[in-house]
Amino acid sequence: MATRKMIAVDGNEAAASVAHRVSEVIAIYPITPSSPMGEFADEWSARGQKNIWGVVPDVVEMQSEGGAAGAVHGALQGGALTTTFTASQGLLLMIPNMYKIAGELTACTMHVAARTVSTHALSIFGDHSDVMACRQIGFGLMASGSVQEAHDLALVSTVASLESRVPFLHFFDGFRSSHEVRKIEQLTDDDLRFMLPDELVRTHQERALNPDHPVLRGTAQNPDAFFQAREACNRFYDACPEVVEKTMARFAERTGRSYQLFDYIGHPEAERVIVLMGSGAETAHETVEHLVAQDEKVGIIKVRLYRPFSVKHFAAALPSTVRAIAVLDRTKEPGSVGEPLYLDVVTALREARETGISHLAVDPMVVGGRYGLSSKEFAPAHVKAVLEELVRREGPRNHFTVGIVDDVTHTSLPVDEDFDIESDDRVQAVFFGLGADGTVGANKNSIKIIGEETDNDAQGYFVYDSKKSGAITISHLRFGPGPIRSTYLIRKASFVACHQFEFLTRYDVLDYCVEGGTLLLNAPFSKDEVWKNLPRKVQEGIIEKKLKVYAIDAYRVAADTGMGARINSIMQTCFFAISGVLPRDEAIAQIKKAIEKTYGMKGAEVVKRNFASVDAALDNLHEIPAGKPTGSAEPHLTVPKEAPDFVQKVTAVMIEGKGDSLPVSAFPVDGTWPTGTTQWEKRAVALEIPVWDDKICIQCNKCAFVCPHAAIRAQVYDPKGLDGAPETFKSTDYRGREYPGHKYTIQVAPEDCTGCNLCVMICPAKDKSNPKHKAIDMAPMAPLREPEAENYKFFLGLPEPDRTEVKMDLKGSQFLTPLFEYSGACSGCGETPYIKLMTQLYGDRMLVANATGCSSIYGGNLPNTPYTKDANGRGPAWSNSLFEDNAEFGFGMRLAIDQLRKQASGLVTSLNGKLGDNLVKELLEADQSSEAGIAAQRERVAKLREALKGIKGPQSERLAQIADYFIKKNVWIVGGDGWAYDIGYGGLDHVLSMRRDVNILILDTEVYSNTGGQASKATPIGASAKFASAGKETGKKDIGMMAMAYGHVYVARVAFGAKDVQTLKAFQEAESYNGPSLIIAYSHCIAHGYDMAYGAEQQKLAVNSGVWPLYRFDPRRVREGQPPLALDSGPAKISAREYMRNETRFRMVEKLDPARFKRLSILAEKQAKQRVAIYQQLANLTVPQISDEEAEAAPAPAPVKK
Amino acid sequence: MDLSTTYLGLKLPHPLMPGASPMVDEIDTVRKLEDAGAAAIVMHSLFEEQISREQVATFVHTESHGQSFAEALTYFPSPEAFALGPDEYLEHVRKVKQAVSVPVIGSLNGFTHGGWLDYAKLIEQAGADALELNVYFLGSDPDESGASIEERTVKMVKAVRGAVRIPVAVKLSPYYTSLAQFTAQLDGAGADGLVLFNRFYQPDIDVEELQVRRQIHLSTSAELPLRLTWLALLSPKMKASLAVSGGVHTLLDVVQSIMTGAHAVQLVSCLLKRGPSHLATLKGELAQWLEEHEYHSLRQMQGSMNLEACPDPAVYERANYMLMLQSWRTTQ
Repeated sequence: MATRKMIAVDGNEAAASVAHRVSEVIAIYPITPSSPMGEFADEWSARGQKNIWGVVPDVVEMQSEGGAAGAVHGALQGGALTTTFTASQGLLLMIPNMYKIAGELTACTMHVAARTVSTHALSIFGDHSDVMACRQIGFGLMASGSVQEAHDLALVSTVASLESRVPFLHFFDGFRSSHEVRKIEQLTDDDLRFMLPDELVRTHQERALNPDHPVLRGTAQNPDAFFQAREACNRFYDACPEVVEKTMARFAERTGRSYQLFDYIGHPEAERVIVLMGSGAETAHETVEHLVAQDEKVGIIKVRLYRPFSVKHFAAALPSTVRAIAVLDRTKEPGSVGEPLYLDVVTALREARETGISHLAVDPMVVGGRYGLSSKEFAPAHVKAVLEELVRREGPRNHFTVGIVDDVTHTSLPVDEDFDIESDDRVQAVFFGLGADGTVGANKNSIKIIGEETDNDAQGYFVYDSKKSGAITISHLRFGPGPIRSTYLIRKASFVACHQFEFLTRYDVLDYCVEGGTLLLNAPFSKDEVWKNLPRKVQEGIIEKKLKVYAIDAYRVAADTGMGARINSIMQTCFFAISGVLPRDEAIAQIKKAIEKTYGMKGAEVVKRNFASVDAALDNLHEIPAGKPTGSAEPHLTVPKEAPDFVQKVTAVMIEGKGDSLPVSAFPVDGTWPTGTTQWEKRAVALEIPVWDDKICIQCNKCAFVCPHAAIRAQVYDPKGLDGAPETFKSTDYRGREYPGHKYTIQVAPEDCTGCNLCVMICPAKDKSNPKHKAIDMAPMAPLREPEAENYKFFLGLPEPDRTEVKMDLKGSQFLTPLFEYSGACSGCGETPYIKLMTQLYGDRMLVANATGCSSIYGGNLPNTPYTKDANGRGPAWSNSLFEDNAEFGFGMRLAIDQLRKQASGLVTSLNGKLGDNLVKELLEADQSSEAGIAAQRERVAKLREALKGIKGPQSERLAQIADYFIKKNVWIVGGDGWAYDIGYGGLDHVLSMRRDVNILILDTEVYSNTGGQASKATPIGASAKFASAGKETGKKDIGMMAMAYGHVYVARVAFGAKDVQTLKAFQEAESYNGPSLIIAYSHCIAHGYDMAYGAEQQKLAVNSGVWPLYRFDPRRVREGQPPLALDSGPAKISAREYMRNETRFRMVEKLDPARFKRLSILAEKQAKQRVAIYQQLANLTVPQISDEEAEAAPAPAPVKK
Repeated sequence: MDLSTTYLGLKLPHPLMPGASPMVDEIDTVRKLEDAGAAAIVMHSLFEEQISREQVATFVHTESHGQSFAEALTYFPSPEAFALGPDEYLEHVRKVKQAVSVPVIGSLNGFTHGGWLDYAKLIEQAGADALELNVYFLGSDPDESGASIEERTVKMVKAVRGAVRIPVAVKLSPYYTSLAQFTAQLDGAGADGLVLFNRFYQPDIDVEELQVRRQIHLSTSAELPLRLTWLALLSPKMKASLAVSGGVHTLLDVVQSIMTGAHAVQLVSCLLKRGPSHLATLKGELAQWLEEHEYHSLRQMQGSMNLEACPDPAVYERANYMLMLQSWRTTQ
């Protein structure tokens, strides 16, 4: 038997490592937090890694989890050992097939990183609401609580499923287990073979559908048969727990790690017992051991096999002395008697007693409680609170919550926040980093070094930001003699590192430090300047806690060694040097070894620079002696005083990272949230910001147009507006004819800019005698921050031009206030400029249905909301339903608006006599195709409301309520290509087929961006993406052509960086078209792998190479006798390769296999030519006209007239 | 007719070969060049700086987004074989080597001392029969003296020479103050050959967009006389063999190059314009010319018009310039 290796991996890798080796087919679809399992499997198969039978598993990505489940079902019927990985909504989509798989008693094990199901909000984090929605299906449910268990029980489940024929859902907690990096013992292939005798595989395969011995499954059964046939499976479920028990016993014999269906830990004569499953059980385990050592008679039961639930085993696991039981569920079932595990325990105890198998001395009291929803912290203090509740004098509360403050229905238990049981022989370290600085990567690497090179146990858990630019990461690392069972965040660390100096102001970094601990700072100062630049609060904290402080100017060291902003290796070296976890030289050797391993292939130059930064680190690391407090005592305000009450009381607390302290009463009851709150969080993440030169500027407004964060804006205004302008506020005469005598300003929002450079790159105005200098240049932010912030504040107060007078061309569009601003999107995002434009044009009258994905995350991930309101309080009303249903969701909004408008029309007609003919006629027939038309209608509605006040009766009241529906409302259905091309395509297609007026915007990044770059059907040929790492073989789906086939759909393909005017025109035409409109928008993305500053340049190349032709297909043109399609880009001017080679996604293919790249790039070019040729034909094609009468005779409901 | 020549110690049936260019990107074209009779294949250059830059850029633009957002810890697949090193080039050397039976001359443009050395060894290991060191360097740093630039180059050549077993040629630009002395040093450093000369990318100014665009113009025969001058001057003095590169288009250009001392004649622009078969045409014309002019071999003509052998050596030196000016004045 090969010796087992100790490895440091996360739960996803641990589970996938087993799953990949015991599967033949793996069908998946990406969803957080399970995506990495599929990615690992794909990567291993792509490398030719074989399963234990010497075959490389086939890994396929499907169009949705529903599709993946169908493929799994089929592959199982075909006789392959098959698995899948999923979570949350994905698991819900698999349910129909899971019923089939279970009903057919098909051996199969799927692995789930358990995640919250969307309710009042989406959450990517962990709880059991998804797996609990599967408890009735007939799948075995196996719970793992740690990374090692995710590895071990993945195997146990697979074996037990093959032996019992009951399919298994093996799950572990999303993020807490799936993303925790831990040192584990790796099972060898021999272990796997030992556990999986060939006989089991053979019998599974014998049940396959095979025409050589045909059978039929999936019959339709009638009342005479179904019931009995359904009961025929019972004996398999009866036998299953024993099969699992036997499997666990064999596993223990082989590996020495023993598991039970229900593992009891605690005092042998415990009186109080907690029952729970998942990662929380590890914390409870640790806590109970601590309490038992203090003679407390307490214990826990870790539920491993939740389904089939064995009453016998459960009853036997409890100590006979138990008097009170608390059952903890990591899910919520509103309206139920109690949460599922609680109900099961209550029933099991009763059955055990009634059937005489209970050995308990007394009939214990049982209460249930909820904990840990959406990865809410579950720490020893919470375990203690639950155990104490069981002996509460008044009797324990039932249906309690723990870990939150419920000040509304008072379900929450009091918690002793100071209770801490972490042992002193551990190193506990917390690191504050910036996403882009590499802190997390370095820490994962440190765990590998310590875990794999020393006898210490090692654990790392990483807390990420909800923003994609300027994001903070907090790493929690524990090292020491094992086992580490602390599945909660570190609260007191002996080592705290702050890799971004400004975080000291924004976050309470020192709160994590124990007295006498060590603080490591990346400080952009010389060693003598560090102390006096610390915020006073930090200085005082250092003195009070007697901290040892070290500092390094890591950005300078990184710059000097050619590492840009990557300070990871430098800070990692400092950590090892100070913490002494390993001898210094050995640590440095290990860091270098890891660098070599990570980057060796990718670049000798990268390795060289990393090495140089490691070598330079120690020379620049200094201990900083504590001085006297010197800074200003003024407290830092998270949001300004003028922010609304809700922002002050709720948003600000969340921004500070203290949202856990907010009580239930702070929150809206239904997930409704105010818009326009990003304006209050001034993040100041840019190192450089644009500076405007009014002398050179040609006033084209392109900079404002391309800005992804609405952080550079243009305004034309009356000179009187300049009264009281700050000294440095820049203004110049407006050059256009539209506003004679007006002034013009381009103003940057310094604290909202992310420094992406897109505005500088697009700026066409150059200084004629020094063309390097443009009308927009980047300059270091530090000296500009304060004056420009003041200027921006003044700028926002300038009078806005009247919307009805703004010329709706490209330049004019940028004088309209963006109602989408300062989102958390990536710096240089290629999607948000479209969204911003959409809100500038129609934001005051739009509803947005947003598919889950990047746009829903930067569009609505708390703490902040970037959709905002105009001066009249109007703005986009936005909602995210799901990933797969967005077209239908938006369509439903349209139905409601049309219905209410119809009602309003009916009511106003019926009140005709009382309201006056003219007003009614005008209201009903208003032309709202322009801003002036909209404004006029708003006035009519105001007049109507006024008039209705004088009319009594239900009709009048109802009309007053819905009078707003006379004003045109737009529905915008927004989402990415993963939604539109793949998971939501069926719905999208259906909505397009209807004739209702909806505008669909596909932000096409050609890849699943939000979940990390998995291939979609929008991925172009020749691009490497996850699940297509060798480069996609097939061409991008021509979704535009498919939509055009309906004939009545407006379709446009746009790329703002290539032809902004065409983009604007497409939005205007789509909006004005009274029917379904589809805009396919090229969106450059970090998943393409190049500097986003070149986003617009790459868009130009995409268009100029013919890879991304621009067009507009307008069915209205048919009635004018014109061809409906207008091609807006010419024939290819450059080769596709010229475009492709600039992006890592294509370049990777070229580096992997130049010949393949050549073939695919030639194909890309030819396919592009073919498509353009077809478009050219279409652009010359007039089709027979259909008259209005003929069109209206069609069966589709007549759309509401605009 | 015996057209044979020896270049870099390689015995070649004739002196004509394609010079370093993207022509060799396609194995098909390489085969066509061999079919047209190319005496050797010179590869396009491996640029160390480009490799380093791409490595760093990819590192910065792919790594910096990873491990910072909970839903996407990475954005790219990580195939084990994805290497941003010289492998693509080396693999191509291997393929070219497999595809043809004539000698394959690798070409390298280094950036650092270590880079020159490492990549030279790798190109040798990939199977190249010889190596051309493409010293493409524009001395634009006011703090660096000409002497130090030359010293660096000589050191590099010496080091590479010591590190590889295959013959090494140095491709130079004409822009050295004392090319004669510098080339003598290179000769002393062990260079097996010199290629005269490199052609720099020339800027093209876009006066509308106020941008500088990089471009390369194809050469014309007008560029040849500079090369002829230096072939004639260096040919008698050098141990190293000489190749001409840049400006050879016609039979006359070939003959003049050989008469002034070239052992090899590298063709690029004329092949790009007229296709690989033009090499065969020139070779045929050369043989015919030698026959018509009653030469018995190419070697007989090699260097016949260099500084040492030509009837009026003064025209190659300063007098050349002066007389030309005077003759121009007198014709006005």
